[in-house]
Formats: sequence, structure tokens, C-alpha cells
Amino acid sequence: MTDAAPPVDPTPAVSFRGVARHYGAVRAVDGVDLDVAPGEFFAMLGPSGSGKTTCLRLIAGFEQPSAGEVSIFGEAVAGVPAYRRPVNTVFQDYALFPHMNVLANVCYGLMVRGMARPERERLGRDALAMVKLAGMDRRRPGQLSGGQRQRVALARALVARPKVLLLDEPLGALDLRLREAMQGELKTLQRSLGISFVLVTHDQGEALSMADRVAVFNQGRILQLASPRDLYERPRTSFVADFVGGSNVIEPAAVNRWMGAARPASLRPEKIKLLAAGAPARDGVVVVAGVVRQVLYLGSVNRVEIACEDGARLVVAAPAALAPPAPGAAVRASFQRDDLHLMEPE
Amino acid sequence: MSPSLVNAPARDGLLRKLSDVLVARRGLTLMLLLTPPALWLGIVYLGALLALLAQSFFSIDEFSGAIVREPSLKSYGELLAPANFDIIVRTFVVASLVTILAALIAFPIAYYAARYAKGRVKALFYLAVMMPLWSSYLVKVYAWKLLLAKEGVVGWAMHAIGAGGLLQAWLDAPLIGGPSLSVSYTGMVLVFLYLWIPFMVLPVQAALERVPATLIEASADLGASPAQTFARVILPLALPGLVAGAIFTFSLTLGDYIVPQIVGPSSFILGQVVYTQQGTAGNIPLAAAFSVVPILIMGLFLTLAKRIGAFDAL
Repeated sequence: MTDAAPPVDPTPAVSFRGVARHYGAVRAVDGVDLDVAPGEFFAMLGPSGSGKTTCLRLIAGFEQPSAGEVSIFGEAVAGVPAYRRPVNTVFQDYALFPHMNVLANVCYGLMVRGMARPERERLGRDALAMVKLAGMDRRRPGQLSGGQRQRVALARALVARPKVLLLDEPLGALDLRLREAMQGELKTLQRSLGISFVLVTHDQGEALSMADRVAVFNQGRILQLASPRDLYERPRTSFVADFVGGSNVIEPAAVNRWMGAARPASLRPEKIKLLAAGAPARDGVVVVAGVVRQVLYLGSVNRVEIACEDGARLVVAAPAALAPPAPGAAVRASFQRDDLHLMEPE
Repeated sequence: MSPSLVNAPARDGLLRKLSDVLVARRGLTLMLLLTPPALWLGIVYLGALLALLAQSFFSIDEFSGAIVREPSLKSYGELLAPANFDIIVRTFVVASLVTILAALIAFPIAYYAARYAKGRVKALFYLAVMMPLWSSYLVKVYAWKLLLAKEGVVGWAMHAIGAGGLLQAWLDAPLIGGPSLSVSYTGMVLVFLYLWIPFMVLPVQAALERVPATLIEASADLGASPAQTFARVILPLALPGLVAGAIFTFSLTLGDYIVPQIVGPSSFILGQVVYTQQGTAGNIPLAAAFSVVPILIMGLFLTLAKRIGAFDAL
């Protein structure tokens, strides 16, 4: 497995050892091991029902593992209820208290811990300023937009300075532009606070852009735990390559024809070149003939889809500066042997 | 040209035209729909209430027994006479007790039904809560009278499990006791409680049903103990339901004149006084003045509930 460097700090912020969570015969989480380093932005990526949200709930304390051990900063938290764990959560639906104003929502965690009103309201206002909502104290959650509610939820979860912040699909309900802006803000916030963020998402773009490391989940297991770059360039299985997206996933049969190895492989679109007819093939280069099926103009590149003669399908990112071939044109695609990344069979 | 909707022959020309007019003129539709209920509310409901209010400002001539149709506060003055004022206080205490006990009993049932019961269990819950409403009110009250009588099932069961002494001690206590449960305030409160509990369970359950589970998780996540979560999140959000339930149990008790006649001591409750004053005594103005009391009490109750923020979550 091509993981990123293991965490340097000996006590991880969150660690799972053989953790499982079963509901009757359903194995929502099925033997997960992971370490989240202090100050790390960690993402759990996977389709719905892959076990990522259950893992987050196991850290928060809303669920108890059926087997294995969850520790937070070296302390096993089995049997520790949610309200005694040093973690806070930003919920998918924000879960703001409708009967309290914005400031009361943000100060709630401090209030139940018995902090005096002037002190907690000062900290609450600071937290609101941090998420750029200064002056919104007296509003009710119902009077806020989705993006503002998201910020209140964030301020509320961060005001007591948790050791780990859990984010459950926090950007899912926002529109595209707001989502992109919040990705940048979350990353900046995490850097400046220096606490661990654990993000659950089904959006690979979100995971890759924000996280230091990403765990790809499927069917209750981690398929690969790696840095975004490794995940993209060296996916371990075709499920990972498919889910992370962007790359061509090549069937074992085609790989066998090109390289003599019957394994699935991934090939990045920008590594493939379209050859002019009759250009000579060189050593270490694979050349495949095919027909252009579709051309999409994406601004910086043209996305050219080719149906190869041997049945494989390739997506090529051709520089937009070059004139793209017309659909139906016969072309030859070539790539370096080394750029074909061999993966493990599922 | 293919047959279009516009050119299609209308089978019911007049009805069709009418529906076209109603669709196009929404104000007219709304007016047609709202006029009958508005008339009902305005004339039958508010009119009757105003007539009642007007009656309460009349008085009765003590010699002839005739109603003097001149505005005066004489009837209201009579309310403050010790015998009448006692009735008001007694009724208020009984109604408050019934309401508080109903809230205490109903809340856990409603909480279970809203948060935990699913599918068949939930259907059973609705059945169990609603079923007592299906049978006649009088049958139930008389049944309770027998259950609570000296030789009734309750007394017999208490003796059978060796708690006869406890029952006797309860009956010997001042105010709440009496010769038997069926002629004590305890019995009266019990029967009221039995009758009105569905009216408390259902609104509380509806309010709790609207509290998302993530709010409770969020509260715990932020460090609140279960008791704090209950006091700071669940209870405030259930308060509109509790207030709605309390309006039912409180006003139903204030207005009832049959239960206290069948179960409970011989002292009057407000509803009974209204009944006798307008009937045998023929003192309609005093009966009307008595009837205004529950309206005032409910008004005060709602003002208070609003003050403490019971409707903030609405």
C-alpha cells in the first residue's frame, strides 16, 4: 500500500484498532484501523452506506463499536458518553437549536459546562467573528441562509476548542460557489487552529482539495488510506480509481494485451497523447488505434473520448491549444508504459 | 390542426365555465370557501360568547327573581362572596392538579411514542390512547364510581395486596380523603385524569415528534448531560405541546359539571354552579359571570405561557 508518511506524533488524535459496528447481520463498519495525527485534516471518502458516517459517530460517541477499540489522544473511549468526549461535531443538517438565538447556540457548550455569562458571551462573539458572522448574535437560526447556518454550526463546534472537530458532510447542502469558498475557508481555519479535522464526505473533490490524508471506504472497510496525490496517481484498486475519478480505469484484458500483465490499471488522461497519423512508435511507448467518440471543450483542455479497436475506452486530456480531432475520426493514442499504473485485483 | 384543449367540446358547459372563473379569480374562490366558517365563527361562536358576556353584566332582582337588564357589576360582586369564591378556588386547584398530573403521566408516554415506537407498536400506541374516547363519557364515569366505591375493585385490590391500611390512611387525610375514594377529591381528580389524558398525550407527542434527533445528539456533543439536554432542548421544544395539552385538560375540567356530580364530595365545582344557577336558581347573570371565570383564567394562563417563552419554538 502506498501510504503517506505515518504520523510523527506517537499518540494519534484518533485511533481505530479493529473497529467494527454491526447492526444485526449488516456490517456497517467491518474491521477498520486508522490513525488521525494531531493537527491533521483527515477525510473519510466513500459512497453512501460505506461506513464512513458510522465511523464518525463512533468517534463522537453516538454509537458504540461492536468490536475493536476507539481511542482519542491515547485514551480508550469505550463506554464514555458523547457529552464527556473532547470532540465536537458539525452536523450535516447543522442541528441548530431553533428556540435559541445565534449567540445562545454558539455559547451552548460553554453554558452547560458552567461558564459565567460574560465570559462565555465574549468567547461566543469571538467565535462568530472567526466565521465572519459578527453582529448576527440576536438572529434566530430560522432567519439565516444555509451558508450562515453552516457558519453558526462551525462556530458552535469550535468555540470550546475541541481536540478534534468532526464534520459530517458539512458542505452538502450548500450551492456550488458557496461550497468552493467554504472549502478554502475550512482549510485555512484548520491550519490556523492546529486541531485535527475529520471530514466525512462522498464528494471526492472536497476530500482531495482539503484533506492531508484520505481514507476511501467501501462496504465498511478502508480500501486505501493515502495522501490525495497518491490516491489520484496510484489508486490501489479499480474501485478507488473509479470513485476518486478523473483517471481511465483499464480492464485487465486490455492491460494484458498492452503490457502482458492481467491486472486492472489506471491511466491519467493528461498522460495520453494523440499521435498524428504515420508518426513512428518509440520504445517504452504503447500505441493504441481507435475512433473518436466525443469531444468536450473544458477550457484548458479538450476531453477526447476514444473507443479503441481492441474494445478499451480511453479519455484523453488534449491541450486546448491543439485543434481537437472531429468525432468519428480515426486516431492513435500513445502513452508511456510507466504511466500505466497497475492496480490490485478487487 | 390537432384537437387542442381550448377547442375541445365542453360536456358540462356551465360547470366548466364556473371552474374557469374560480381558477382565474382566486379571491372569489377564497371568499366562497371562507364565508360559511366565518359566519359560523362570527355568529354562532363569537355571538354566543358576547351574549354570555352581556348577560354577566345584568343582575337579578332578589324579590321578584326577574332579570334586571341594566349594566351593573353586581353579579361579579357576588362571585367574590366567600361561598362563591371558595368554589372558584376549589375548581382552580382541582383543574391545576389534573393538568399537572396529566402532564407528568403523559410526557413519558408521548416521549416513548415519538422517539422510540415504530410501525406496529406506534399504531398500538395510538389505539391505546384513543380507545377510551370511543366509549360514552357517562358509562366511563359511572364505571369509575363503582371501581372507586367502598366495596369496589380498587379497595378490594388494595386490601388483597395488604395495602388496605395505606388506603385507609389516605382516606383519613383531610381534604383529599373521605368516606370512600368515590366521594373524595382524590377520586374526582383520578376520574378527570383518566378522561382527559388523551388530550394531553397527543399534542405533546406531536410536539416531540417535530424535535429532530440530531438536536439531541448536538446537545450531547456539546457537552450537555442527559438532564441538561432534557431541560435545555427537549422540554423547551415540547412546551408548545404541553401548553396545548394543558389548555385542553384545564378548560375541560373547569367546564365539567357531570363528573363532580357523580364522583367526589358534595361541595360544588364551577361547572355545577353554572348548571344550577342557570337552571333551578334561574340566576342567568350569575351563571354567566361564573362562566367568564374560566375565560379569564385561560387568558391569564396563555399570557403567562407566552411570557416564559413557551411559543418561541413555534
